[in-house]
Amino acid sequence: MNVAIIKYNAGNIYSVEYALRRLGVEAKITKNMEELRQADKVIFPGVGEAANTMNYLKNSGLDKFIKSLKQPVLGICLGMQLLCSHSEEGDVDCLGIFKTDVKKFMPIQHEDKVPHMGWNTITCTKSPLFKGFTKEEFVYFVHSYYVPICADTVAETDYILSFSAALHKDNFYATQFHPEKSGSVGERILKNFLSI
Amino acid sequence: MLAKRIIPCLDIKDGQTVKGTNFINLRQAGDPVELGRMYSEQGADELVFLDITASYEGRKTFTDLVRRVAANINIPFTVGGGINELSDVGRLLEAGADKVSINSSAIRNPQLINEVASHFGSQVCVVAIDARRTDVGWKCYLNGGRIETNKYLFDWAKECNDRGAGEILFTSMNHDGVKTGYANEALVTLTELLTIPVIASGGAGKPEHFRDVFLTGKADAALAASVFHFGEIKIPELKQYLCSYNINIRL
Repeated sequence: MNVAIIKYNAGNIYSVEYALRRLGVEAKITKNMEELRQADKVIFPGVGEAANTMNYLKNSGLDKFIKSLKQPVLGICLGMQLLCSHSEEGDVDCLGIFKTDVKKFMPIQHEDKVPHMGWNTITCTKSPLFKGFTKEEFVYFVHSYYVPICADTVAETDYILSFSAALHKDNFYATQFHPEKSGSVGERILKNFLSI
Repeated sequence: MLAKRIIPCLDIKDGQTVKGTNFINLRQAGDPVELGRMYSEQGADELVFLDITASYEGRKTFTDLVRRVAANINIPFTVGGGINELSDVGRLLEAGADKVSINSSAIRNPQLINEVASHFGSQVCVVAIDARRTDVGWKCYLNGGRIETNKYLFDWAKECNDRGAGEILFTSMNHDGVKTGYANEALVTLTELLTIPVIASGGAGKPEHFRDVFLTGKADAALAASVFHFGEIKIPELKQYLCSYNINIRL
């Protein structure tokens, strides 16, 4: 299988590459649009700041290109947030695949620490990404902004409030958590994505 | 609900795991990648690798080790030791680390915390604090506990929080290696003072100590080394035990 990881200034590209390699898949890390177009699966990782990253994507033409992809695409963390309409992080318009805004966590009590960092459970899972899940599983999150529950929500997590742990619309899949860092559960999610 | 984390810590010297008691008398405890993988399979929530080698060659060996850890382990890990400037952080993140822990260099140059946070994000920036309870309060130490500073634990931790640190890793030098429990009194003060997670370190000897550090110390994560390395406490059993006290743990 031909898997491509979009190469840009994101922090977790190599973690995703390593995770795929552990599944026996050699992914191509590239920003070459022809190579990305020909891939069977495309992964859009992301660790960083939304406005700067959108700026980079616009300048390189990747913004329009990513929207035009037809094969299954998996956005991870900031990658998921950038697939939404708008982010409060840097007040920036994003790619608009998922018609929802990205909001900043507002702590209600002292225990509500931001970023939301660590292992938390995902519930209400309804997507091929979670095929074979029989109980609430823990996955690894690191984020300060969240996507509210919306029409495209396919998994939920509770921290301060209920938010979207995963989204799915057409050929676009996305997780707020890091499957590449979520142990054997994360490996199952990546495997499920690769077999879509 | 967000789970409390169990974090084995591996001290690395010349590419090998070592662990001392009260910061001296180093003992060997195995290959870091193998140990790390074993902990990950047993249910460790994160790993910390601390480079205690000071030499240039040692540093290069450590970066190679970070790359091997990233390739082989599927849970988050933090690396620390010998990080003096922004480029050290970049090098370790590029090698595949998820977070970096800065200690002495943050005390010498507090601005480094702001720089790491603004360049790579707060979530990357763990500030480790080694402190000892003295007659005049909890004093912070440099260089693995060898040099006393004029900083006090609570003031310094708050300053780190305000400068953009993502987590505080607090080691009580009074408790480290003596296996009589964590510094819960200081921990509860810290967790109430700060708006970022606190990792407790120093003092784990029995499963009860982990229970107490979460229930009494209110820590977000508990770090330990030798009790895991020498098999005195097994992570799966420890996690079952903590669950039986209704502590939210990832099983």
